[in-house]
Amino acid sequence: MQSGKSRYVGLLYVAPALAFVLVFTLYPLAQMAWMSLHNWSLIADKKFIGFGNFVRAWNDPQFWTSLGFTLKYTLLITPILMIAGYLIALLTAENRPLRQFTRSVVFAPVVIGLGASSLLWYWLFSYDFGLINRALIDLGVIARPVVWFGADADISMWAVIASIVWKVVGFGTILFVAAIHAIPQDIGEAAMVDGASYWQRVRMIVLPLTARTILLVTLVSVIGSLLAFDQFYIMTAGQPRNLTATSVFLIYLNSFPYLKLGYGAALSLILAGIILVCTVLQMLLSRRSHA
Amino acid sequence: MSAFDDAAMRDLARSPAHRGARAGLVAGFVEGRQKYLVAALCVALCTVMLLPLVASVLASLKSTQEAAAVPPAYFPHALSLDSYERLWNYQAGLPTYFANSLGAALLTIVFCLALTVPAGYGLAKFRIPGKEALFVILLLGLIVPYQALLTPLFFLFVELKLHNSLVGLAIVHTAIQLPFSIYVMRNAFEAVPRELEEAAIMDGCNSFQVLTRICLPAVVPAMITVSLFAFITSWNELLAALVIMNKDSSFTLPLILAAARQQTSIGGTDWGMLQAGITISIIPCMAFYLLLQKYYMAGFLNGAVK
Repeated sequence: MQSGKSRYVGLLYVAPALAFVLVFTLYPLAQMAWMSLHNWSLIADKKFIGFGNFVRAWNDPQFWTSLGFTLKYTLLITPILMIAGYLIALLTAENRPLRQFTRSVVFAPVVIGLGASSLLWYWLFSYDFGLINRALIDLGVIARPVVWFGADADISMWAVIASIVWKVVGFGTILFVAAIHAIPQDIGEAAMVDGASYWQRVRMIVLPLTARTILLVTLVSVIGSLLAFDQFYIMTAGQPRNLTATSVFLIYLNSFPYLKLGYGAALSLILAGIILVCTVLQMLLSRRSHA
Repeated sequence: MSAFDDAAMRDLARSPAHRGARAGLVAGFVEGRQKYLVAALCVALCTVMLLPLVASVLASLKSTQEAAAVPPAYFPHALSLDSYERLWNYQAGLPTYFANSLGAALLTIVFCLALTVPAGYGLAKFRIPGKEALFVILLLGLIVPYQALLTPLFFLFVELKLHNSLVGLAIVHTAIQLPFSIYVMRNAFEAVPRELEEAAIMDGCNSFQVLTRICLPAVVPAMITVSLFAFITSWNELLAALVIMNKDSSFTLPLILAAARQQTSIGGTDWGMLQAGITISIIPCMAFYLLLQKYYMAGFLNGAVK
């Protein structure tokens, strides 16, 4: 199959996927750049305004509020996810029935939808009807129900963080367990012979030898958090006063309910730039580790 | 996770969890009383993880009255399917929304397989001029988040009359899944031994016959992995559906549930119905996860959870 003719035969097999990417990813990307330079809505005629949309973003307090909130959310949830995920991985890494079962249970919420899990937690945290207020009152932790969503941006964010930790902590755990299993057996045995204690072994051997996985999972988690939308759309709806509207939420609001497509495209381009930096970091990391 | 993690992920995949108990390193807790501590922690963890799901299923089985009670009861006093009945008749009706979600998911599977099986074969088995550049273009979706592309995609779909259509929605879901799927399929085709193909070519098979007769049977597990991830992505996806489907009857399950949560009629949110909807949308994902866990983990550890 390596004759001269087959060069084009191979291309033929790749062509449909290539055409799909050109039409539904590359073309929209170019279109987005073009739209971002226009005052563009579905109703009125489009008008070229150069970098006007970017200047507008720079001067838009909501742009900074959204970006700041998204970064704050990312900075707070990432360490929680990594540390909790890693501790659960250490706890369940050994292949014994109860631990393997626990691993599967911890991973289960990863496969359900973010929308469904957000609705579920929206109910659990509900002021009147939620089991969390009920349980906290019954346990004597609080005297009266807490307004989790809509009143205070920080309380809303922590409630969302609780739900997302439940939903995705298993993602890191499974990858960490696999990384721990990949540590050569003899290294562990040598440490055992040396009489290192459990936590010494974790600190001196397990952590350094899984550092690459930790970094990769951290980056994946950071990218995911920077793109957060579903959980806030469903649980806080951006309230109070759009203080919990994330960057993607703001793009959605501008593009669709407000139909400011040009401005939405400019905001998209800025976000895509931020994500690109993270992705490049991630690529460099896995390239270097490959060598 | 992007396919660019391939090195790390292949390392992970090479020593999968099922290789047998690895004592040594992580076995420090097992001696003596600490064994009970580990067991207790595991049980506590399982309880915390399962409670929300159990609570939701139980709440979906409360009677209409009980589902709206303040403060809420922990357990239903009598099991009732009232909430499911209300969901069945909500707006355009559960069957419509279920069919929309299922339709989009099945179309996504079909599109993903139709595009990435040949592409994986082409990339793995042929010398193509500029293959490296080609591969990068195909994986473009990893670098550009689809969330950022929805504005121009919406515009494109309005022109192509693909908004409010399941085909349009499935196209976006396919675009989300394409990089992962191409990556998995290419790796699967690369693993098919060359001798098999060479024998087939000696017998006079052309490249298409080699694909269908020799390679396809060998890459069925990868096709299951691709289908499984395509299903789960499409079935759960909210934002693209929100943008592309704006007619009530074309809503998918996540969309109608999100809408039902926002709808504040005189009685407020119908919590019982919401829990019924959550339960129904979770069941297929859980069922596929439990049935196809092997394929799920293979895809997961093989390089790309997007």
